[in-house]
Amino acid sequence: MTALIETRDVAKRFREAPSLGERIARLVGAGSDERTVHAVDGISLSVAKGEVLGLVGESGCGKSTLGRMIAGILPPSEGTALIDGVPAMGGGTRPVKTTTRVQMVFQDPFASLDPRMRIGDIIAEGPVANGLIKPGEAAADAARWLATVGLDPSAAQRYPHQFSGGQRQRIAIARALAMRPDALICDEPVASLDVSIQAQIVNLFLKLRRELGLTMIFISHDLSLVRHVSDRVAIMYLGRIVEIGDSRGIFASPRHPYTRALLDSAPALRLGDEDATGFKPIRGELPSPMDPPPGCHFHARCQHADAKCCIEAPVLTGGVACHHPLKEAPQ
Amino acid sequence: MSALLEIRDLATHFASATGTVKAVDGVSFDVNAGEIVGLVGESGSGKTITGFSILGLIDAPGRIVAGSIKLEGRELVGLSQGELRKLRGKRIAMVFQDPSTALNPVLSIGEQMRMALAAHESVSRAAADERARDLLARVGIPEPAKRLDAYPHQLSGGMRQRVAIAIALLNRPSLIVCDEPTTALDVSIQAQILAEMRDLARDFGTALIWISHDLATVSALASRLIVMYAGRIVEDGPIGAILRSPRHPYTRGLLDSLPSMAAPGQELRQIPGSMPSLANLPPGCAFAPRCTHADAACNAAPPERRDGERGWRCHHPLIAVPA
Repeated sequence: MTALIETRDVAKRFREAPSLGERIARLVGAGSDERTVHAVDGISLSVAKGEVLGLVGESGCGKSTLGRMIAGILPPSEGTALIDGVPAMGGGTRPVKTTTRVQMVFQDPFASLDPRMRIGDIIAEGPVANGLIKPGEAAADAARWLATVGLDPSAAQRYPHQFSGGQRQRIAIARALAMRPDALICDEPVASLDVSIQAQIVNLFLKLRRELGLTMIFISHDLSLVRHVSDRVAIMYLGRIVEIGDSRGIFASPRHPYTRALLDSAPALRLGDEDATGFKPIRGELPSPMDPPPGCHFHARCQHADAKCCIEAPVLTGGVACHHPLKEAPQ
Repeated sequence: MSALLEIRDLATHFASATGTVKAVDGVSFDVNAGEIVGLVGESGSGKTITGFSILGLIDAPGRIVAGSIKLEGRELVGLSQGELRKLRGKRIAMVFQDPSTALNPVLSIGEQMRMALAAHESVSRAAADERARDLLARVGIPEPAKRLDAYPHQLSGGMRQRVAIAIALLNRPSLIVCDEPTTALDVSIQAQILAEMRDLARDFGTALIWISHDLATVSALASRLIVMYAGRIVEDGPIGAILRSPRHPYTRGLLDSLPSMAAPGQELRQIPGSMPSLANLPPGCAFAPRCTHADAACNAAPPERRDGERGWRCHHPLIAVPA
């Protein structure tokens, strides 16, 4: 199987913009050290054509940053994100997106659609500007993609504020599809929607995948959702992948203690009248990504941690980055 | 024994350019002392406005137009702001969804906690600090003495929500309304807060109204469930019984649409359509346009039916019940 998406040791660091006072202090040599956030810390992964990879983690783990680098809208600090072997972004001091083959669907459809553009223009702007269709074909093209996402073609004449959250997310998906992408990066695409609407949009993704053979990276903090849509899952913690593998296997018997703890901490629907709680919280706080702990980032919250874990960062081997991986449960 | 909180036929409406928005329209329920009640619904269901109505937090253009809210036998609807202020924080408290806007950014944690105490009783600074420290420790904040001097921006989201919970508990209220208190938090922090709230409510004997859109979270805490849709209660009862065999098609639909209810990769059972505008509700059952069981009878508002502890408002409940 060929990889459509590949990242090689991709890393992203953000520096805090120094204040004016700080800049002056630095000029005279009295400034403090620059604070850097390692949002993504050397990640290599590949996604095969037609595959859906779920990217899971808590806020600040770098899942959105990784998604944006793969989509070619954020230049990596190190390493490269490749689409079919070609970097998603050009090099140089002002890197630009080099491919239209990967498109993004964002979390908040109230922020991702231009409120002053008609829906038809929102959908057709990209393909016309990139020469995928002629300007004369724009209306028919918009109608086609609106139909694909389950909206009436008459929506093309209307404005975003005339639609509900679920409908707007359909429009955002139509806009992504109109670019004829091979892959979609979906960043929490249903997190801002109501439960009954979430199911509608999840079903739409499943249908699109079936009918268009799309490759997808599905970024979410919702474990049951990721389990539902993904073939493979990568669990991230503070900029690194701690576990990656077949979705069924990971949810049935996780090998990294963080994955196990994350699964245990999500409350399950309790159907009985018993007093059992059905969830176990992870102890401790998520450390600041400004100042991640040395060694394994999870060691301070891990009950299996020993001296080695505090010093040496474990390498991702065999799908898990842990000095003391949990045993696989017998099938 | 009368209930701690008795709500009868509560109606909270908002005047808008497009007509009267009936955010809450004829809601009745009780909460007993020490009980945890889950109030579940989607946006626009009226769950938050119900909570705000209990605390008297409805501002113009909104107004409680009808109904009664009794706390410990005392009518809250119609009380002056001054009288409400004496109750709020003392007998009844609220924890809001977003802890970063619920705390005052320019006051230290200790200052905010002292103010919350001083609003209801005269207490020395040393005694106030001691109570504040004890409660911060109780809600799981490490080094509580140090945290009293900290400002909200120096704390993480989870810690801020713990502080908000500690402030709500300060005067030992008999009821705390929690409006999606864990929605803005990460999964691992959410679980910690859920576990702590459950223990705190038990130890302090505090009743909770837990407002949420997430059935799984509510099921981890509550013993009774109230499901709202378009400003009305559609179903209520013991939570286990409802989740095992819901009687209202909307409750069934909410459960079925959860990814955990389907095999991976399979289509989820979705509820078609979306919630109607609250300014322009269909006559009769508001869920009828989205309901597969709807027929002509649903053009008339369904009356409330009760069977033991369970209640529902549907012309075509999902299981046969004794007449």
